[in-house]
Amino acid sequence: MLLQQLINGIALGSVYALIALGYTMVYGIIALINFAHGEIFMAGAFVGLIAVTRFHLNIFLAMLAAMAVCTVMGVVIERIAYRPLRRSSRLSALISAIGVSIFLSSLALMLFGADAKPFPDTAFPVRQIHMAGAEISSLQLLIIGVSALLMLGLEFIVRRTKIGKAMRAVSEDYQTAALMGIDVNRVISFTFAIGSALAGAGGVLVGLLFNAVSFNMGLMAGLKAFAAAVLGGIGSIPGAMLGGLFLGVTEVLGVAAGYSSYRDAIAFAILILVLLVKPTGLLGRAIQKKV
Amino acid sequence: MLAVENLHVNYGAIKALQNVSCRVEAGEIVALIGANGAGKTTILNAVSGIVPARSGRISFEGEEITGAPPHEIVRRGISQVPEGRRVFARMSVLENLEMGAYTRSDRQGVKREMERVFALFPRLAERRKQPARTLSGGEQQMLAMGRALMSTPRLLLLDEPSMGLAPMLVEKIFEIVREINGAGTTIMLVEQNASMALAIATRAYVLETGACVLQGKASELAADPQVRSAYLGE
Ligand SMILES: Nc1ncnc2c1ncn2[C@@H]1O[C@H](COP(=O)(O)OP(=O)(O)O)[C@@H](O)[C@H]1O
Ligand SMILES: [Mg+2]
Repeated sequence: MLLQQLINGIALGSVYALIALGYTMVYGIIALINFAHGEIFMAGAFVGLIAVTRFHLNIFLAMLAAMAVCTVMGVVIERIAYRPLRRSSRLSALISAIGVSIFLSSLALMLFGADAKPFPDTAFPVRQIHMAGAEISSLQLLIIGVSALLMLGLEFIVRRTKIGKAMRAVSEDYQTAALMGIDVNRVISFTFAIGSALAGAGGVLVGLLFNAVSFNMGLMAGLKAFAAAVLGGIGSIPGAMLGGLFLGVTEVLGVAAGYSSYRDAIAFAILILVLLVKPTGLLGRAIQKKV
Repeated sequence: MLAVENLHVNYGAIKALQNVSCRVEAGEIVALIGANGAGKTTILNAVSGIVPARSGRISFEGEEITGAPPHEIVRRGISQVPEGRRVFARMSVLENLEMGAYTRSDRQGVKREMERVFALFPRLAERRKQPARTLSGGEQQMLAMGRALMSTPRLLLLDEPSMGLAPMLVEKIFEIVREINGAGTTIMLVEQNASMALAIATRAYVLETGACVLQGKASELAADPQVRSAYLGE
């Protein structure tokens, strides 16, 4: 029973983690809470749905398509809505982000209507697999597997590649990074690209998990993933992964314990508790002023 | 090699530099001395392209670089060791050096340069895997210098390399600056430690509240009574 809930919680938590990574990377690099990130995630879900229903792509290709479209969206949004405001107050950029978020969800409402749309049954065949007294569905396996793979990929990029190291350098000290010859604007674009791609994959996975894709799905998922990022310590990549999993597991345990009507409140209650005890989050450190 | 002409820089309403001109010829060590807040760091940062010039002109090897982005300036052969070292604390020594070589794509050249840096600073080689924050102040200064050398600059800008170091280390750092210069790198050196700076420099400029008030051969400035009383503590 507990094992079962843990599996459910880890599956849900992995997608929170995928989305939380985008918040935390962007914050780590330009100290902006990208309010539009939840809507990028929503757009990813729609791209995945369209790829499956209209273009009859299999779910993996649909996920790749969602990641590609979200990458472009993230880069374009940063370019037109945030970069011109980089030298202005932090509040202006935040307001711009809220504006983009409202714009995107209204656009989705206009294009796709208000009803939630399901993935067709053929999109991904769900089977139950028994193991060690618990049941894990093939969908949960897909979610956990894809999330783990993407996070390993991210870890590789950030630790081992030149651009990933540049991301870390910019997030530590953007001015010195510029002195090294790092094109800070390119690194910021790259950060949005990666974060948005992860959100795009997350959108397709959540769409499958709840079998619903809707114009407002970005709001709650975005808020919870943001809570996960803050919980783990905003700016910290391992923090976002840990925060996401922690939140997913506690949410599922809370529901199992009979508090299902408080499902969405659990994330925020935990967030408040953790921040009271450790204001920088689980793995966070005090951060300097940014770009 | 480097020519700064009639440079003005403002930070908002603060006039940090007013009509500053200076030159650095190939092979020289040129010292910039002056009290705290005189504008020394601002000159280096304007040359590196991280603070914008309000007016004036900066050119390097005959080409204008005023307003060029910092990465373009590194590519052209100018690199900076910033004030306060500013190593990437959470990155390893090796990664810090790699960041210094960010603009290059010639692996062989990077490897050769890294060997040169390790020969110059053997302590860095011993600590290559350690996060930079675990290094001592002197080692961090060496790392910041090694990092700037990784792009094989023709002009190296050094901002107060002796700041906060024990006297013995200060000697060592100045010795290394001379060694780097001897190997063919031109140097612009900002220092509060004016006597040491004047001892190794070819020429020097004295800055006061954003303006250049004196200039000349380092040996002549070191003998100037005005300089001696204001900057050499006599
Ligand atoms: N980022 C900044 N914002 C506002 N004022 C600054 C900034 N940096 C330097 N200043 C001011 O510009 C002047 C010159 O500073 P700086 O170039 O750092 O001098 P120095 O390196 O000679 O100590 C000082 O009055 C300093 O207070
Ligand atoms: Mg200074």
